[in-house]
Amino acid sequence: MSSRSRTVDVSELPTFAFGHQGLIWWGTVGYMVIEASMFLISFVVYFYLRLKVDQWPPSLPDPDPTFGTINLVVLLGSLAPNYLAKAAAERLDLPKVRMWMAVMVVVGLLPLAIRFFEYFALGCRWDSNAYGSIVWVLLSLHTMHLATDAADTVVLGALMFTDKVEGKRFVDVSENALYWNFIVFSWIPVYLVIYFGPRWM
Amino acid sequence: MTTDETQLRQELERTWAVPRGIIGWFSIVDHRTIGRRYLVTAFVFFGIAGLLAAAMRVQLAWPDSRFMGPDRYNQVFTVHGTAMMFLFAVPVMEGMGVYLVPLMIGTRNIAFPRLNTFSYFVYLFGGITLFAALATNTGPDVGWFSYVPLAGPDYSPGKRADFWAQLITFTEVAALAVAVELVATIFKTRAPGMSLNRIPLFVWSMLVMSFMIIFAMPAVVTSSSFLLLDRLVGTHFYNPAEGGDTLLWQHLFWFFGHPEVYIIFVPALGMVSAIITAFTSRPIFGYTAMVLALVATGFIGFGLWVHHMFATGLPQLGLTYFTAASMIISIPSGVQIFCWIASLWRGRPRFETPLLFALGFIAIFVLGGLSGVTLASVPFDLQVHDTYYVVAHFHYVLLGGAVFPLIGGIYFWFPKITGRMMDDRIGRWSFWTLFIGFNVTFFPMHFLGLMGMPRRVYTYPATMGWGMLNLISSIGAIALVAGGVLLVYNVVRSAAWGVEAGDNPWGADSLEWGTSSPPPVYNFLHIPVVEGRHALWARSEDAPIVTGIRSDTREVLITDVMDAEPSNKADYPNPTIWPFVTAVVTSAFFVGSIFTPWALPVSLPPLTVALVGWFWPKRSDLHTGEERPPALSEARA
Repeated sequence: MSSRSRTVDVSELPTFAFGHQGLIWWGTVGYMVIEASMFLISFVVYFYLRLKVDQWPPSLPDPDPTFGTINLVVLLGSLAPNYLAKAAAERLDLPKVRMWMAVMVVVGLLPLAIRFFEYFALGCRWDSNAYGSIVWVLLSLHTMHLATDAADTVVLGALMFTDKVEGKRFVDVSENALYWNFIVFSWIPVYLVIYFGPRWM
Repeated sequence: MTTDETQLRQELERTWAVPRGIIGWFSIVDHRTIGRRYLVTAFVFFGIAGLLAAAMRVQLAWPDSRFMGPDRYNQVFTVHGTAMMFLFAVPVMEGMGVYLVPLMIGTRNIAFPRLNTFSYFVYLFGGITLFAALATNTGPDVGWFSYVPLAGPDYSPGKRADFWAQLITFTEVAALAVAVELVATIFKTRAPGMSLNRIPLFVWSMLVMSFMIIFAMPAVVTSSSFLLLDRLVGTHFYNPAEGGDTLLWQHLFWFFGHPEVYIIFVPALGMVSAIITAFTSRPIFGYTAMVLALVATGFIGFGLWVHHMFATGLPQLGLTYFTAASMIISIPSGVQIFCWIASLWRGRPRFETPLLFALGFIAIFVLGGLSGVTLASVPFDLQVHDTYYVVAHFHYVLLGGAVFPLIGGIYFWFPKITGRMMDDRIGRWSFWTLFIGFNVTFFPMHFLGLMGMPRRVYTYPATMGWGMLNLISSIGAIALVAGGVLLVYNVVRSAAWGVEAGDNPWGADSLEWGTSSPPPVYNFLHIPVVEGRHALWARSEDAPIVTGIRSDTREVLITDVMDAEPSNKADYPNPTIWPFVTAVVTSAFFVGSIFTPWALPVSLPPLTVALVGWFWPKRSDLHTGEERPPALSEARA
C-alpha cells in the first residue's frame, strides 16, 4: 500500500478488547469516578449536617433497616450471576451470555421492587428536616443508579437475542457487569450510612 | 502522491464524510465540527456577557447614575459572571481540546464522538436558557456563586435562582462528558511512539483539566441540585431552622469553585507553552518540570477552597492551613513562568501576534498572582473582602491568565482551523488595544477596593470620592470593547480573505501541523509514528507510518497508556440524530424541573426512547464476520 520502507502494521490486532485495553472501560470508569464523587459529597453533607444538631435523627424515629438489609443480601447475591455473565462475555460464549443476561434482568429489577418499601421504612419525608432531605437524596441517588443499570441490562440483554451481535457487544456486556459491581459495592456505604448512621452516632 | 494513496484518500473521505442537509447538521459526530461549534458558541456567549460588562461600566462611570435600576443591575452582574464562568471559560477551553487534542496526538476522532455531539447541544441549550431568562426579566440576580440564604426560597421567590441552578446542571453535564472523552482520547488513542513523556504540553494541560473537572464538578452538580430541591420540593439542606446549614453551600460551592479557576487557567498554560515553543523554534525549557507543575497545580487546586470563606468565622487553625496552601500554589505557577522566561531567553523569539498575547499574559498574570498572594493573608482579606480589590484580582487572573493566552491560541491555531492566516497588523493593534484597555479598566479597581468600594453595588454617591477612578475604568472598558471588535473583524476578514496558510505556517513542532490546513475529515492519511517529544521536528526522512487500519469503516488505533504501543483497534460510531434528540429531551427535563418535579416522570419515557435509539445498532453499522477477537478469548473459545 505504501512505498515507505518502514511501517508499523496493525492489521492483525484485535478489533475489540476487554478491560482497560479497550476504550469503553475508560468511559465506564470515568463515569463511575464521577458518580462515586457524588456519593462521597453526599456522605460529607450527611456528616456535616449531623454535626449541626445534638440529636440524630432530629426528633424522628430511627430508620427500619429490614428492607435495606434484604436489598443488601439480594445485591450481594447478584454478584454471582453478574460475574458469570461477565465471564461468559469474555469467552464470547453467546448462549451463556444470553442466559446470564436474562437472569440479570430479573436480578436487576428485584432490588428496585424492594427499594419501593425502603422509602417507607425511612420513617421520614424529604421535607421533614435536613436529616430527611439527605437520607432521601442518598437513597434516591442509589435508586437512580439501580434503575439506570437495570434499564441498560434490559436493552443490552434484548440486543444479545437479535442477530446484531458483534464482538464489541460482548465488551458492552462485560462493562455493564463492571458497572453493576459498582452499584452493588456503592450500596454498602450508602446502606451503612442511612441505617446505621443514626444508631452508631 | 501514489495511486494507492489517492485511492486511500478517496475511501477515507467516503468513510469519515460529514453528513449533509438539516438532519445531517444535527447528526455530525466529527470532532473538528463540534470543536468549532463549541468555540463559536462560546465566543458568542463571551460577546453577550462582555456587553453586559460594558453596560455595568456605563452604569458605574458616574456617581448616582440612573442608566440601570438595582434590580436590572443585579441580573446583569449575575448573568455576566455566570455566563463568563460556565458558558464561556470552561466550554471554550474544552472546545479547543475537542478540536485540537485528536489532531495533536495523531488520531481520527475524539473518543465517544456521539457523547461529544450530545454534550455540545446540552451546552448550547443551557446557554440559550440563561439568556432567554435574562431577556424575560427572570435572569438570576443573586451573584455567580448564588449564596444561600439569599438564593434560597425565603429570600428569592420567583424562578430566577432556579434558572441559575439549572444552568449549572446543563453546563456540568456537558463539561463532564467532554472531560471523560478527553481522558479516554489522550490515554488510549495516541499515535504509536507518543509515550507519556512525549505528549505535547497542551495535551498534558487538557488531561489535568479533564481530571480536575471529573473531581470538582460533581460538587457543584450536587450542591446546585440541593438548592433546586430546597426551592422546588421543600427539602432543608440550607435551611438552618430545620437542621440545614447555610455555610454548607459555601463549602460545596467553593470545593468546586476554586478548582474551577484552575480548570480555566491550566489549558491556558498549555497554550502558552505551545506558542512559546513555536515562536522560539526550540524545545521548551524544563519539560518535566512543566508537566509536574501542571499536575501539582491540579492537586493543590483542591486544597484552597476555604480562602473564599475567610470572612465566615471559621476556626483559626483552618484559616492558617488555607493561607499556607494558597501561598503554596504560587510555586508551580512560578516554576512555569521561569521555564517560559528561560525558553525565551535561550531562543530567538519571533514577536508575532500569538507570542505578544503570551507575553501579555505573563505580565498580567504575574500582577494577578501578586494580588492573590496578598489576599491569601487573612487580616488583609478581611479588609478587602467583597470589594473591588477582589474584582480586580480575579479579572487579572482570569482575563489575563486565561483569555489572553486563549486569544493568542486563536491567532496561533486559526490557520490550522480555517486554512488562512489572521492579519498580523490588525492582530498587533488588537493586542495593544486589549492590553492597554485591560489595565486601564482593572488596575484602578485595586484602589477602589482599598478605598472601600464594595462589589455588586449598582451605584454610589458622589461624596464617596470614587467617581474619577470609576470613570477611568469605564474609559478602559471602551478600549476593551474596541479590541474585541478588532479581533472579531480580523477573524471574519481573515476567514474569507486571509493569506493561505499551508500546513505549518509557524514551523511548529506538534502533529496537528503535519496535516493539511484545515485538516481533512479523517485528520491524517496515514496514522504517524512519533519519534520524539517534538513530533515534527524529530521526524526522520523516512518516518514510519501505521498501516493495516481499515479505511472502509471508522476504524481507529488503540494504544496503551504508558508507551502508546498499538494494542487493538476500535470501530467509532457513525453520525446519528439520536444524541441531538437526547439533548433536546434532557434540556426539556432540566427546564421543566425549574417549574415542577413532575418533569422527571414525564421526561423519562422519551429519554429512554432516545437513549435506546442512540445505542441500538443500524444494520448498515454492523461488521459481524469481519472481526478479530482478542487473543485471550481466541485461546478459550
